[in-house]
Amino acid sequence: MGKLKTYFIDKGIRGKLSHIAGIILLVILSIVFFLPLYWMVCTALKSNAYVFTVPPQWLPEPVMWENFVEVFRRMEFGKYIRNTLITSVVPVVGALISCPMVAYSLSKVPWKGAQYVFPVILATMMIPWQVTQIPMYTTWARLHLVDTFVPLLLPSFFGSAYYIYLCRQFMKTLPDSVMEAARIDGAGEFRILYWIVYPMCRSILTTMAVLIFIAQWNDLNGPLLYLQNSRRYTLSIGLQMFRQSANPEWTLLMAASTVFTAPLIVIFFFCQNAFLNGIQTTSGLK
Amino acid sequence: MKQANSETAVSACKNQKRGNKQTRKHNRIGLLFASPWLIGFVLFTIVPITMAFYYSFTNYDMFNKCEWVGLKNYADILKDPYIGISLINTAYIVIVGTPIGLIVALGLAMLLNQKNVCGLPFFRTIFYLPSLVPIVASAMLFIWVLNGNYGLLNQLLKLFGIQGPYWLNDPQYTKISLIMMDTWRCGGSMIIFIAALRSVPVSLYDSASLDGAGKFQQFIHITLPFISPTIQFNLLMGMINRFQYFTQAYVFSSLTDMSGSVGGGPGNSMLFYCLYLYRQAFLFYKMGYACAMAILLFIIIMAATFVTLRISNRAVNYEVE
Repeated sequence: MGKLKTYFIDKGIRGKLSHIAGIILLVILSIVFFLPLYWMVCTALKSNAYVFTVPPQWLPEPVMWENFVEVFRRMEFGKYIRNTLITSVVPVVGALISCPMVAYSLSKVPWKGAQYVFPVILATMMIPWQVTQIPMYTTWARLHLVDTFVPLLLPSFFGSAYYIYLCRQFMKTLPDSVMEAARIDGAGEFRILYWIVYPMCRSILTTMAVLIFIAQWNDLNGPLLYLQNSRRYTLSIGLQMFRQSANPEWTLLMAASTVFTAPLIVIFFFCQNAFLNGIQTTSGLK
Repeated sequence: MKQANSETAVSACKNQKRGNKQTRKHNRIGLLFASPWLIGFVLFTIVPITMAFYYSFTNYDMFNKCEWVGLKNYADILKDPYIGISLINTAYIVIVGTPIGLIVALGLAMLLNQKNVCGLPFFRTIFYLPSLVPIVASAMLFIWVLNGNYGLLNQLLKLFGIQGPYWLNDPQYTKISLIMMDTWRCGGSMIIFIAALRSVPVSLYDSASLDGAGKFQQFIHITLPFISPTIQFNLLMGMINRFQYFTQAYVFSSLTDMSGSVGGGPGNSMLFYCLYLYRQAFLFYKMGYACAMAILLFIIIMAATFVTLRISNRAVNYEVE
């Protein structure tokens, strides 16, 4: 109560009003942002008879857990999830090996190429993937690697511009003294990178891993081009195909979307702190 | 004396030798560690771009032997009525969608940067969650939410006595629908803005309010200049990504009947440049034509980035000083 009193005295009536308006706006907007998500899960649990009602049914009654069972029966979810895991986890591994290496070379090794390489890396972010897409496709086709996972996995082992950039920004903030000490002790550069620099980069590497995992889990373009046999479909193509076969059955479509989304939300909740810290330390951009 | 001189000369020479050795070693290590990217750059960027450039002068279709046709593809682009439509649609998304996305992300970040409000991490999570929903899944969700008769949005509008439009069937509203969905998923740039806002020194605000500056003046004269590099970065990335607008439009527009058309949604209102490019390449197998389109897109993006950088650099530098 005393706290509240000082609060009222501290701020003028205008400050108080704008403070309260800010909170009200925050609450309203969070409802707006949350509503579609709620609607997804809500529809997923409805019985078909109550989907097209006016006014809408706000709480599913009866709750149809069977929708999820039906989706798992009709879509080959197990297979899709396995394929999606392959196309998401391998690129994370590839990027975690390659990007810190390149970033280390650009931020901690005083060599004369760094000043030329870094601007080129930044410039490649401007290149639309449509330019390379067609020649890449025809080349993979000539190598008989279309309809395998190789075109989706291999490029990640050569690093990608944005993540190299993030890594470099972070490594620049690390003190050189630790590495010097290790060098005097006779440690090789690979040893220094993977045993000393890596642990210091934990937050940015977590952020990177989460961002890449989400992007790969999401990706439709790559699988759309390179995976043709339904045995190799990922969730995003599987869901797109499922819609074409089950167009009006919104309960099932929303159940499938929920299953598709849930793993990402779980991962986010587990890595939330490290993930947000990593973004905050690198996005100063100064 | 003489001896001492020669001794220093010798040691200087030694030092230089060691320095040279050190530099050479650094160059070797630098090159070795950068080599994954350098190899990837040649294999996955330089070579394909050169090939795309070459294909753009041919009638390549993946099956027949390709023939050199000179500038025919580029001349056809000028004559193709769908190119104009798709460029206008793409420009709409870039020019309208990018600022809306930036303003909403910055607005949310500022609401989350208030003092004396409890539960901010909770709200931050709520605003961030939509960006975790996979694009295909959120497109499905929005097709359902925006359903003309039974969708959530129109049902809510009805509570206020407004008859909502058929969002996805009316060419006037399809792009607005896409922008609504993209704005809903703006959590990523919001997080970056929150980080930028936290980097503004609090003491500046304190002294400004002592001088009697209002909230709005503080925003214009302190907040904006400080976060202008972040705004510029988000602006450029948002623009470049929207020039390549594809996945959302692909899922939304595959609603409609595809037979005999280029599949751009109602009235081709969702025929974005990259969607049309994709259809030319992988539906009609006109690879040469599609490559010419891609080269043109590359030039457009470079020009747009350059112009935006030139204009915004002035604002960014000016504000910081």
